[in-house]
Amino acid sequence: MLSVTNVEARYGAILALRDISLTVEEGELVALVGSNGAGKTTTLAVIAGLHRASRGAVVFEGKSLAGRAPEDVARLGISMVPENRGVFPTLTVAENLRLGSYLRRDGEVARDLERLQERFPVLGERASQAAGTLSGGEQQQLAIARALISRPRLLMLDEPSLGLAPTLVDRVFELVAELHREGVTILLVEQNVRRTLEVADRAYLLRTGRVEASGRPAELRALVDIESVYLGGARRPGEQAGGRAGGSP
Amino acid sequence: MDPDFVAQFVLNALSLGSLYALMALGMAIVFGVLRLVNLAYGELIMVAGYTLFVLNDSPLPWLVLAVAAVLAAALASVLTERIAFRPVRVNSLNAMLVTSFAVSTLLQNAALLLVSPRTRAVSVPGLLTQSLEIAGLRVSVANLMTVGVSLGLLFGLNLLLRRTTLGIALRAAADDFPMARMLGVRADRVIAAAFAISGVLAGVVGLFWVARVGSVIPTIGAGPLLIALIATVIGGMGGLAGAIAGGYVLGALTVGMQLLLPSGLIDYRDAFTFGIVILVLLVRPQGLIPGRQSARVG
Repeated sequence: MLSVTNVEARYGAILALRDISLTVEEGELVALVGSNGAGKTTTLAVIAGLHRASRGAVVFEGKSLAGRAPEDVARLGISMVPENRGVFPTLTVAENLRLGSYLRRDGEVARDLERLQERFPVLGERASQAAGTLSGGEQQQLAIARALISRPRLLMLDEPSLGLAPTLVDRVFELVAELHREGVTILLVEQNVRRTLEVADRAYLLRTGRVEASGRPAELRALVDIESVYLGGARRPGEQAGGRAGGSP
Repeated sequence: MDPDFVAQFVLNALSLGSLYALMALGMAIVFGVLRLVNLAYGELIMVAGYTLFVLNDSPLPWLVLAVAAVLAAALASVLTERIAFRPVRVNSLNAMLVTSFAVSTLLQNAALLLVSPRTRAVSVPGLLTQSLEIAGLRVSVANLMTVGVSLGLLFGLNLLLRRTTLGIALRAAADDFPMARMLGVRADRVIAAAFAISGVLAGVVGLFWVARVGSVIPTIGAGPLLIALIATVIGGMGGLAGAIAGGYVLGALTVGMQLLLPSGLIDYRDAFTFGIVILVLLVRPQGLIPGRQSARVG
Protein backbone atom coordinates (compact mmCIF):
# COMPACT_ATOMS: atom_id res chain seq x y z
CA MET A 1 0.00 0.00 0.00
CA LEU A 2 2.75 2.41 1.02
CA SER A 3 6.34 2.00 0.02
CA VAL A 4 9.20 4.29 0.92
CA THR A 5 12.37 3.49 -1.00
CA ASN A 6 15.87 4.78 -0.28
CA VAL A 7 14.65 8.16 0.89
CA GLU A 8 17.11 10.86 1.83
CA ALA A 9 16.03 14.18 3.33
CA ARG A 10 17.90 17.23 4.57
CA TYR A 11 17.30 20.31 6.63
CA GLY A 12 19.79 22.66 5.05
CA ALA A 13 23.18 21.05 5.55
CA ILE A 14 21.89 18.52 8.07
CA LEU A 15 21.13 15.08 6.69
CA ALA A 16 18.03 13.98 8.63
CA LEU A 17 17.29 10.85 6.60
CA ARG A 18 20.23 9.02 5.02
CA ASP A 19 18.54 5.98 3.55
CA ILE A 20 15.06 4.97 4.66
CA SER A 21 13.09 2.14 3.08
CA LEU A 22 9.90 0.72 4.47
CA THR A 23 6.54 -0.69 3.44
CA VAL A 24 3.09 -0.76 4.96
CA GLU A 25 0.47 -3.25 3.76
CA GLU A 26 -3.27 -2.69 3.97
CA GLY A 27 -4.61 -3.40 7.45
CA GLU A 28 -1.16 -3.53 9.02
CA LEU A 29 0.04 -1.74 12.13
CA VAL A 30 3.62 -0.80 11.39
CA ALA A 31 5.77 1.01 13.93
CA LEU A 32 8.83 3.21 13.57
CA VAL A 33 10.91 3.14 16.72
CA GLY A 34 14.24 4.59 17.69
CA SER A 35 15.73 7.28 19.85
CA ASN A 36 15.32 10.96 19.22
CA GLY A 37 16.99 12.30 16.11
CA ALA A 38 16.72 8.92 14.39
CA GLY A 39 14.46 10.41 11.72
CA LYS A 40 11.04 9.03 12.66
CA THR A 41 9.17 12.33 12.56
CA THR A 42 10.98 13.42 9.40
CA THR A 43 9.95 10.19 7.69
CA LEU A 44 6.30 10.97 8.45
CA ALA A 45 6.80 14.59 7.30
CA VAL A 46 8.14 13.35 3.94
CA ILE A 47 5.15 11.02 3.46
CA ALA A 48 2.69 13.77 4.45
CA GLY A 49 4.17 16.20 1.93
CA LEU A 50 5.44 18.60 4.59
CA HIS A 51 9.06 17.96 3.72
CA ARG A 52 10.67 17.09 0.39
CA ALA A 53 12.87 14.07 0.01
CA SER A 54 16.15 14.96 -1.69
CA ARG A 55 16.42 11.40 -3.05
CA GLY A 56 14.33 8.26 -3.18
CA ALA A 57 10.69 7.44 -3.85
CA VAL A 58 7.47 7.41 -1.87
CA VAL A 59 4.58 5.54 -3.50
CA PHE A 60 1.08 5.17 -2.07
CA GLU A 61 -1.39 2.84 -3.80
CA GLY A 62 0.54 3.10 -7.03
CA LYS A 63 0.80 6.89 -6.98
CA SER A 64 4.04 8.75 -6.38
CA LEU A 65 3.87 11.24 -3.53
CA ALA A 66 6.94 13.15 -4.69
CA GLY A 67 6.24 16.86 -5.05
CA ARG A 68 2.67 16.58 -3.77
CA ALA A 69 1.50 19.30 -1.39
CA PRO A 70 0.12 18.20 2.01
CA GLU A 71 -3.44 19.00 0.87
CA ASP A 72 -3.02 16.66 -2.10
CA VAL A 73 -1.55 13.87 0.02
CA ALA A 74 -4.60 14.24 2.28
CA ARG A 75 -6.82 13.77 -0.78
CA LEU A 76 -5.26 10.35 -1.37
CA GLY A 77 -6.51 9.28 2.06
CA ILE A 78 -3.44 9.75 4.24
CA SER A 79 -4.21 11.29 7.60
CA MET A 80 -1.70 12.49 10.16
CA VAL A 81 -1.81 13.14 13.87
CA PRO A 82 1.40 15.13 14.48
CA GLU A 83 3.52 15.00 17.57
CA ASN A 84 2.16 18.27 18.96
CA ARG A 85 -1.32 16.91 18.18
CA GLY A 86 -2.09 19.74 15.76
CA VAL A 87 -5.31 20.67 17.48
CA PHE A 88 -6.50 24.17 16.49
CA PRO A 89 -6.59 25.83 19.92
CA THR A 90 -8.81 28.80 19.07
CA LEU A 91 -11.38 26.66 17.27
CA THR A 92 -14.05 24.79 19.18
CA VAL A 93 -13.94 21.02 19.49
CA ALA A 94 -16.85 20.79 17.03
CA GLU A 95 -15.05 23.04 14.52
CA ASN A 96 -11.91 20.92 14.80
CA LEU A 97 -13.95 17.82 14.00
CA ARG A 98 -15.73 19.60 11.17
CA LEU A 99 -12.38 20.28 9.50
CA GLY A 100 -11.57 16.58 9.91
CA SER A 101 -14.38 15.86 7.47
CA TYR A 102 -13.29 18.71 5.16
CA LEU A 103 -12.69 16.37 2.22
CA ARG A 104 -15.73 14.16 2.68
CA ARG A 105 -18.63 14.61 0.32
CA ASP A 106 -20.81 11.67 1.36
CA GLY A 107 -23.85 11.93 3.59
CA GLU A 108 -22.60 9.76 6.43
CA VAL A 109 -20.48 12.34 8.21
CA ALA A 110 -23.11 13.02 10.86
CA ARG A 111 -23.42 9.32 11.66
CA ASP A 112 -19.64 8.88 11.91
CA LEU A 113 -19.47 11.91 14.17
CA GLU A 114 -22.07 10.40 16.47
CA ARG A 115 -20.10 7.16 16.71
CA LEU A 116 -16.88 9.01 17.45
CA GLN A 117 -18.59 10.95 20.20
CA GLU A 118 -19.74 7.64 21.70
CA ARG A 119 -16.18 6.43 21.58
CA PHE A 120 -14.80 9.71 22.98
CA PRO A 121 -17.65 11.06 25.14
CA VAL A 122 -15.61 14.07 26.25
CA LEU A 123 -15.68 15.43 22.69
CA GLY A 124 -19.47 15.49 22.74
CA GLU A 125 -19.57 17.10 26.16
CA ARG A 126 -17.09 19.82 25.20
CA ALA A 127 -18.22 20.33 21.61
CA SER A 128 -18.58 24.10 21.90
CA GLN A 129 -15.47 24.63 24.03
CA ALA A 130 -12.22 26.01 22.56
CA ALA A 131 -9.90 23.08 21.88
CA GLY A 132 -7.03 24.93 23.55
CA THR A 133 -8.79 24.59 26.91
CA LEU A 134 -8.77 20.77 26.78
CA SER A 135 -6.26 18.74 28.79
CA GLY A 136 -3.41 16.98 26.99
CA GLY A 137 -5.22 13.65 26.98
CA GLU A 138 -8.43 15.21 25.70
CA GLN A 139 -6.53 17.00 22.94
CA GLN A 140 -4.99 13.69 21.91
CA GLN A 141 -8.45 12.15 21.68
CA LEU A 142 -9.64 15.10 19.62
CA ALA A 143 -6.66 14.84 17.27
CA ILE A 144 -7.23 11.12 16.71
CA ALA A 145 -11.00 11.55 16.31
CA ARG A 146 -10.41 14.36 13.81
CA ALA A 147 -8.10 12.09 11.81
CA LEU A 148 -10.57 9.18 11.94
CA ILE A 149 -13.54 11.19 10.73
CA SER A 150 -11.75 11.66 7.41
CA ARG A 151 -12.00 7.84 7.05
CA PRO A 152 -8.28 7.58 6.28
CA ARG A 153 -6.84 4.81 4.11
CA LEU A 154 -3.63 5.25 6.13
CA LEU A 155 -3.45 6.77 9.60
CA MET A 156 -0.09 8.14 10.74
CA LEU A 157 0.35 8.72 14.46
CA ASP A 158 3.42 10.59 15.70
CA GLU A 159 4.18 9.82 19.34
CA PRO A 160 0.57 9.69 20.50
CA SER A 161 1.60 8.78 24.06
CA LEU A 162 4.04 11.67 24.46
CA GLY A 163 3.49 13.85 27.50
CA LEU A 164 0.53 11.88 28.79
CA ALA A 165 0.03 10.51 32.31
CA PRO A 166 0.71 6.75 32.62
CA THR A 167 -2.97 5.77 32.75
CA LEU A 168 -3.62 7.80 29.60
CA VAL A 169 -0.63 6.18 27.90
CA ASP A 170 -2.33 2.82 28.53
CA ARG A 171 -5.52 4.19 27.05
CA VAL A 172 -3.73 5.42 23.91
CA PHE A 173 -2.08 2.04 23.28
CA GLU A 174 -5.43 0.29 23.84
CA LEU A 175 -7.02 2.67 21.35
CA VAL A 176 -4.30 2.04 18.74
CA ALA A 177 -4.73 -1.72 19.15
CA GLU A 178 -8.50 -1.31 18.89
CA LEU A 179 -8.28 0.70 15.66
CA HIS A 180 -5.91 -1.91 14.28
CA ARG A 181 -8.42 -4.68 15.05
CA GLU A 182 -11.09 -2.67 13.26
CA GLY A 183 -8.94 -2.77 10.14
CA VAL A 184 -7.44 0.74 10.07
CA THR A 185 -4.00 0.76 8.45
CA ILE A 186 -1.64 2.50 10.86
CA LEU A 187 1.92 3.82 10.72
CA LEU A 188 2.90 4.51 14.31
CA VAL A 189 5.93 6.47 15.49
CA GLU A 190 6.82 5.90 19.12
CA GLN A 191 9.64 6.22 21.60
CA ASN A 192 8.00 3.81 23.97
CA VAL A 193 9.57 0.79 22.27
CA ARG A 194 8.40 -1.88 24.70
CA ARG A 195 4.72 -0.91 24.53
CA THR A 196 4.86 -0.39 20.80
CA LEU A 197 6.26 -3.85 20.09
CA GLU A 198 3.34 -5.31 22.05
CA VAL A 199 0.80 -3.93 19.56
CA ALA A 200 2.64 -3.71 16.22
CA ASP A 201 2.60 -6.30 13.41
CA ARG A 202 6.01 -5.18 12.23
CA ALA A 203 8.48 -2.52 13.26
CA TYR A 204 11.43 -0.62 11.87
CA LEU A 205 14.22 0.43 14.16
CA LEU A 206 15.69 3.73 12.97
CA ARG A 207 19.07 5.10 13.96
CA THR A 208 20.64 8.31 12.62
CA GLY A 209 18.50 8.38 9.51
CA ARG A 210 18.85 4.71 8.54
CA VAL A 211 16.83 1.56 9.09
CA GLU A 212 19.00 -0.41 11.47
CA ALA A 213 16.72 -3.42 11.83
CA SER A 214 13.22 -4.45 10.90
CA GLY A 215 10.82 -7.32 11.24
CA ARG A 216 8.16 -8.78 13.50
CA PRO A 217 8.42 -7.75 17.14
CA ALA A 218 9.89 -11.12 18.17
CA GLU A 219 12.52 -10.96 15.41
CA LEU A 220 13.42 -7.43 16.36
CA ARG A 221 13.78 -8.32 20.01
CA ALA A 222 16.12 -11.14 19.03
CA LEU A 223 18.16 -8.92 16.73
CA VAL A 224 18.83 -5.96 18.96
CA ASP A 225 18.91 -5.08 22.60
CA ILE A 226 15.60 -3.23 22.72
CA GLU A 227 16.19 -2.00 26.25
CA SER A 228 19.24 -0.06 25.11
CA VAL A 229 17.17 1.73 22.47
CA TYR A 230 14.54 2.37 25.04
CA LEU A 231 16.98 3.77 27.58
CA GLY A 232 18.81 5.69 24.92
CA GLY A 233 15.60 7.51 24.21
CA ALA A 234 16.30 10.42 26.52
CA ARG A 235 14.62 13.38 24.82
CA ARG A 236 16.80 15.89 23.10
CA PRO A 237 15.37 18.95 21.45
CA GLY A 238 17.06 18.15 18.14
CA GLU A 239 14.49 16.11 16.29
CA GLN A 240 11.44 18.30 16.67
CA ALA A 241 13.21 21.44 15.48
CA GLY A 242 12.90 20.52 11.83
CA GLY A 243 10.75 17.48 11.71
CA ARG A 244 7.62 18.52 13.48
CA ALA A 245 4.53 19.18 11.50
CA GLY A 246 2.77 21.95 13.32
CA GLY A 247 3.59 25.25 14.96
CA SER A 248 5.12 25.86 18.33
CA PRO A 249 2.86 25.02 21.24
CA MET B 1 -18.84 67.42 32.12
CA ASP B 2 -21.24 68.72 29.54
CA PRO B 3 -23.37 65.75 28.35
CA ASP B 4 -23.44 67.16 24.84
CA PHE B 5 -19.65 67.18 24.81
CA VAL B 6 -19.50 63.61 26.06
CA ALA B 7 -22.03 62.36 23.49
CA GLN B 8 -20.09 64.13 20.73
CA PHE B 9 -16.86 62.51 21.92
CA VAL B 10 -18.42 59.05 22.05
CA LEU B 11 -19.84 59.28 18.54
CA ASN B 12 -16.65 60.69 17.04
CA ALA B 13 -14.54 58.10 18.82
CA LEU B 14 -16.85 55.29 17.68
CA SER B 15 -16.78 56.56 14.13
CA LEU B 16 -13.03 56.98 13.85
CA GLY B 17 -12.48 53.82 15.90
CA SER B 18 -14.69 51.81 13.52
CA LEU B 19 -12.68 53.02 10.57
CA TYR B 20 -9.39 52.21 12.31
CA ALA B 21 -10.75 48.81 13.36
CA LEU B 22 -11.59 47.93 9.74
CA MET B 23 -8.12 49.07 8.63
CA ALA B 24 -6.45 46.94 11.29
CA LEU B 25 -8.68 43.96 10.60
CA GLY B 26 -7.81 43.97 6.90
CA MET B 27 -4.14 43.90 7.83
CA ALA B 28 -4.58 41.29 10.57
CA ILE B 29 -6.47 38.77 8.47
CA VAL B 30 -3.58 38.46 6.02
CA PHE B 31 -1.04 38.51 8.84
CA GLY B 32 -3.01 35.72 10.52
CA VAL B 33 -2.58 33.19 7.73
CA LEU B 34 0.72 34.33 6.18
CA ARG B 35 2.55 36.11 9.02
CA LEU B 36 3.07 38.83 6.41
CA VAL B 37 2.86 42.53 7.22
CA ASN B 38 1.46 43.64 3.89
CA LEU B 39 3.04 47.04 3.26
CA ALA B 40 0.98 47.38 0.07
CA TYR B 41 -2.21 47.45 2.13
CA GLY B 42 -2.48 51.25 1.99
CA GLU B 43 -2.44 51.15 -1.81
CA LEU B 44 -5.66 49.13 -1.79
CA ILE B 45 -7.26 52.16 -0.18
CA MET B 46 -5.68 54.26 -2.90
CA VAL B 47 -7.16 51.97 -5.58
CA ALA B 48 -10.63 52.48 -4.08
CA GLY B 49 -10.04 56.24 -4.03
CA TYR B 50 -8.94 56.45 -7.67
CA THR B 51 -11.83 54.25 -8.75
CA LEU B 52 -14.13 56.83 -7.23
CA PHE B 53 -12.18 59.62 -8.94
CA VAL B 54 -12.30 57.95 -12.38
CA LEU B 55 -16.03 57.30 -12.09
CA ASN B 56 -16.64 60.74 -10.59
CA ASP B 57 -18.42 62.17 -13.62
CA SER B 58 -20.41 59.09 -14.50
CA PRO B 59 -24.17 59.30 -14.16
CA LEU B 60 -24.31 56.15 -12.05
CA PRO B 61 -25.78 56.41 -8.57
CA TRP B 62 -23.24 56.79 -5.79
CA LEU B 63 -24.01 53.40 -4.30
CA VAL B 64 -22.94 51.72 -7.57
CA LEU B 65 -19.70 53.73 -7.54
CA ALA B 66 -19.10 52.71 -3.97
CA VAL B 67 -19.56 49.03 -4.78
CA ALA B 68 -17.28 49.40 -7.81
CA ALA B 69 -14.59 51.01 -5.65
CA VAL B 70 -14.76 48.22 -3.05
CA LEU B 71 -14.62 45.54 -5.77
CA ALA B 72 -11.63 47.28 -7.38
CA ALA B 73 -9.75 47.20 -4.08
CA ALA B 74 -10.64 43.52 -3.54
CA LEU B 75 -9.54 42.67 -7.07
CA ALA B 76 -6.26 44.57 -6.61
CA SER B 77 -5.67 42.67 -3.37
CA VAL B 78 -6.28 39.25 -4.92
CA LEU B 79 -4.19 40.12 -8.00
CA THR B 80 -1.20 41.30 -5.95
CA GLU B 81 -1.34 38.02 -4.04
CA ARG B 82 -1.52 35.96 -7.21
CA ILE B 83 1.12 37.87 -9.18
CA ALA B 84 3.53 39.13 -6.54
CA PHE B 85 3.26 37.20 -3.27
CA ARG B 86 2.50 33.64 -4.34
CA PRO B 87 5.69 33.16 -6.38
CA VAL B 88 7.92 34.23 -3.47
CA ARG B 89 5.87 32.61 -0.72
CA VAL B 90 8.00 29.48 -0.48
CA ASN B 91 11.24 31.45 -0.29
CA SER B 92 11.03 33.38 2.93
CA LEU B 93 8.98 35.79 4.95
CA ASN B 94 11.55 38.51 4.26
CA ALA B 95 11.15 38.03 0.53
CA MET B 96 7.41 38.58 0.87
CA LEU B 97 7.93 41.65 3.06
CA VAL B 98 10.26 43.23 0.52
CA THR B 99 7.83 42.25 -2.25
CA SER B 100 4.99 44.00 -0.45
CA PHE B 101 7.11 47.16 -0.27
CA ALA B 102 7.82 46.87 -3.99
CA VAL B 103 4.13 46.38 -4.80
CA SER B 104 3.30 49.45 -2.71
CA THR B 105 5.80 51.62 -4.61
CA LEU B 106 4.74 50.18 -7.95
CA LEU B 107 1.06 50.93 -7.39
CA GLN B 108 1.82 54.45 -6.17
CA ASN B 109 3.94 55.13 -9.24
CA ALA B 110 1.23 53.75 -11.47
CA ALA B 111 -1.23 56.26 -9.98
CA LEU B 112 1.37 59.02 -10.42
CA LEU B 113 1.85 58.19 -14.08
CA LEU B 114 -1.70 57.35 -15.04
CA VAL B 115 -3.49 60.09 -13.14
CA SER B 116 -1.38 62.80 -11.58
CA PRO B 117 1.00 63.37 -8.70
CA ARG B 118 -1.30 66.13 -7.49
CA THR B 119 -4.34 66.00 -5.29
CA ARG B 120 -7.52 65.19 -7.18
CA ALA B 121 -10.88 66.18 -5.81
CA VAL B 122 -13.49 63.47 -5.41
CA SER B 123 -17.03 64.63 -4.91
CA VAL B 124 -18.99 62.78 -2.30
CA PRO B 125 -22.77 62.65 -2.08
CA GLY B 126 -24.25 65.64 -0.32
CA LEU B 127 -25.83 63.41 2.26
CA LEU B 128 -22.42 62.58 3.71
CA THR B 129 -21.65 66.25 4.44
CA GLN B 130 -24.92 66.88 6.24
CA SER B 131 -25.75 66.43 9.86
CA LEU B 132 -28.86 65.37 11.67
CA GLU B 133 -30.37 66.56 14.89
CA ILE B 134 -31.10 63.65 17.22
CA ALA B 135 -32.38 64.36 20.74
CA GLY B 136 -30.90 67.83 20.61
CA LEU B 137 -27.51 66.58 19.45
CA ARG B 138 -25.97 67.48 16.13
CA VAL B 139 -24.77 64.27 14.54
CA SER B 140 -22.89 64.01 11.23
CA VAL B 141 -24.39 61.58 8.74
CA ALA B 142 -20.92 60.47 7.66
CA ASN B 143 -20.08 59.45 11.23
CA LEU B 144 -23.33 57.56 11.67
CA MET B 145 -22.84 55.74 8.38
CA THR B 146 -19.25 54.85 9.23
CA VAL B 147 -20.35 53.28 12.50
CA GLY B 148 -23.32 51.50 10.92
CA VAL B 149 -21.47 50.10 7.93
CA SER B 150 -18.49 49.05 10.06
CA LEU B 151 -20.64 47.22 12.59
CA GLY B 152 -22.50 45.54 9.74
CA LEU B 153 -19.21 44.41 8.19
CA LEU B 154 -17.84 43.16 11.50
CA PHE B 155 -21.04 41.22 12.08
CA GLY B 156 -20.98 39.72 8.58
CA LEU B 157 -17.31 38.82 8.82
CA ASN B 158 -17.93 37.16 12.17
CA LEU B 159 -20.67 35.04 10.61
CA LEU B 160 -18.41 34.12 7.70
CA LEU B 161 -15.56 33.08 10.01
CA ARG B 162 -17.74 31.03 12.36
CA ARG B 163 -20.45 29.50 10.22
CA THR B 164 -18.88 28.70 6.86
CA THR B 165 -16.36 25.97 6.16
CA LEU B 166 -14.14 28.50 4.38
CA GLY B 167 -14.23 30.76 7.46
CA ILE B 168 -13.38 27.92 9.82
CA ALA B 169 -10.58 26.85 7.50
CA LEU B 170 -9.23 30.43 7.56
CA ARG B 171 -9.17 30.47 11.35
CA ALA B 172 -7.59 27.02 11.42
CA ALA B 173 -4.90 28.17 8.99
CA ALA B 174 -4.12 31.09 11.30
CA ASP B 175 -3.75 28.64 14.21
CA ASP B 176 -1.63 26.00 12.46
CA PHE B 177 -1.29 26.22 8.69
CA PRO B 178 0.56 22.94 8.03
CA MET B 179 -2.06 21.03 10.02
CA ALA B 180 -4.93 22.67 8.11
CA ARG B 181 -3.26 21.59 4.87
CA MET B 182 -2.90 18.03 6.11
CA LEU B 183 -6.67 17.98 6.57
CA GLY B 184 -7.04 18.91 2.91
CA VAL B 185 -7.40 22.71 3.12
CA ARG B 186 -5.81 24.20 0.01
CA ALA B 187 -3.18 26.77 0.97
CA ASP B 188 -3.67 28.83 -2.19
CA ARG B 189 -7.42 29.07 -1.71
CA VAL B 190 -7.28 30.11 1.94
CA ILE B 191 -4.63 32.73 1.25
CA ALA B 192 -6.57 34.11 -1.71
CA ALA B 193 -9.68 34.31 0.49
CA ALA B 194 -7.75 36.20 3.16
CA PHE B 195 -6.52 38.70 0.56
CA ALA B 196 -10.03 39.10 -0.86
CA ILE B 197 -11.47 39.88 2.58
CA SER B 198 -8.56 42.21 3.26
CA GLY B 199 -9.28 44.00 -0.03
CA VAL B 200 -13.00 44.41 0.72
CA LEU B 201 -12.17 45.92 4.11
CA ALA B 202 -9.59 48.25 2.54
CA GLY B 203 -12.13 49.25 -0.10
CA VAL B 204 -14.77 50.20 2.46
CA VAL B 205 -12.16 52.09 4.48
CA GLY B 206 -11.16 53.83 1.25
CA LEU B 207 -14.72 55.06 0.69
CA PHE B 208 -15.01 56.67 4.09
CA TRP B 209 -11.43 57.90 4.10
CA VAL B 210 -11.82 59.64 0.76
CA ALA B 211 -15.19 61.04 1.90
CA ARG B 212 -13.45 62.53 4.94
CA VAL B 213 -10.57 64.03 2.99
CA GLY B 214 -12.61 64.91 -0.12
CA SER B 215 -9.74 64.07 -2.46
CA VAL B 216 -7.24 61.43 -3.48
CA ILE B 217 -3.45 61.47 -4.03
CA PRO B 218 -1.03 58.62 -4.77
CA THR B 219 0.23 58.63 -1.17
CA ILE B 220 -3.23 58.51 0.39
CA GLY B 221 -2.56 54.99 1.71
CA ALA B 222 0.41 55.92 3.89
CA GLY B 223 -1.68 57.23 6.78
CA PRO B 224 -4.09 54.29 6.90
CA LEU B 225 -1.20 51.80 6.61
CA LEU B 226 0.51 53.35 9.63
CA ILE B 227 -2.74 53.38 11.59
CA ALA B 228 -3.49 49.76 10.71
CA LEU B 229 0.02 48.73 11.77
CA ILE B 230 -0.13 50.57 15.08
CA ALA B 231 -3.64 49.37 15.85
CA THR B 232 -2.71 45.72 15.22
CA VAL B 233 0.37 46.09 17.41
CA ILE B 234 -1.63 47.68 20.25
CA GLY B 235 -4.20 44.93 19.80
CA GLY B 236 -1.63 42.19 20.08
CA MET B 237 -0.55 41.22 16.53
CA GLY B 238 -2.19 38.09 15.30
CA GLY B 239 -5.66 37.93 16.71
CA LEU B 240 -8.58 39.52 14.87
CA ALA B 241 -10.29 40.53 18.10
CA GLY B 242 -7.08 42.31 19.10
CA ALA B 243 -6.98 44.24 15.84
CA ILE B 244 -10.54 45.46 16.35
CA ALA B 245 -9.85 46.44 19.96
CA GLY B 246 -6.64 48.18 18.90
CA GLY B 247 -8.51 50.13 16.23
CA TYR B 248 -11.15 51.40 18.63
CA VAL B 249 -8.56 52.29 21.29
CA LEU B 250 -6.46 54.21 18.79
CA GLY B 251 -9.56 55.97 17.42
CA ALA B 252 -10.73 57.00 20.89
CA LEU B 253 -7.24 58.17 21.78
CA THR B 254 -6.97 60.30 18.64
CA VAL B 255 -10.39 61.91 19.16
CA GLY B 256 -9.62 62.41 22.85
CA MET B 257 -6.40 64.24 22.04
CA GLN B 258 -8.21 66.38 19.50
CA LEU B 259 -10.72 67.46 22.13
CA LEU B 260 -8.51 67.75 25.19
CA LEU B 261 -5.30 69.29 23.90
CA PRO B 262 -5.05 73.09 24.17
CA SER B 263 -5.35 74.76 20.78
CA GLY B 264 -1.63 75.59 20.65
CA LEU B 265 -0.77 71.88 20.80
CA ILE B 266 -3.45 70.51 18.46
CA ASP B 267 -0.97 70.37 15.61
CA TYR B 268 1.08 67.90 17.63
CA ARG B 269 -1.92 65.64 18.25
CA ASP B 270 -0.39 62.59 16.59
CA ALA B 271 2.83 62.98 18.57
CA PHE B 272 0.79 62.85 21.78
CA THR B 273 -1.34 59.95 20.55
CA PHE B 274 1.63 57.84 19.54
CA GLY B 275 3.46 58.84 22.73
CA ILE B 276 0.63 57.24 24.68
CA VAL B 277 0.81 54.21 22.39
CA ILE B 278 4.49 53.81 23.32
CA LEU B 279 3.59 54.07 27.02
CA VAL B 280 0.88 51.43 26.60
CA LEU B 281 3.32 49.09 24.88
CA LEU B 282 5.93 49.67 27.59
CA VAL B 283 3.43 48.49 30.18
CA ARG B 284 1.88 45.79 28.02
CA PRO B 285 4.31 44.80 25.26
CA GLN B 286 2.21 41.79 24.24
CA GLY B 287 -0.68 44.08 23.30
CA LEU B 288 -4.24 44.18 24.60
CA ILE B 289 -5.28 40.72 23.37
CA PRO B 290 -2.11 38.78 22.60
CA GLY B 291 -2.19 36.64 19.46
CA ARG B 292 -0.61 33.24 19.13
CA GLN B 293 2.66 32.65 17.36
CA SER B 294 2.59 29.70 15.02
CA ALA B 295 4.32 28.27 12.03
CA ARG B 296 3.81 29.93 8.70
CA VAL B 297 3.09 28.25 5.44
CA GLY B 298 5.91 27.28 3.11
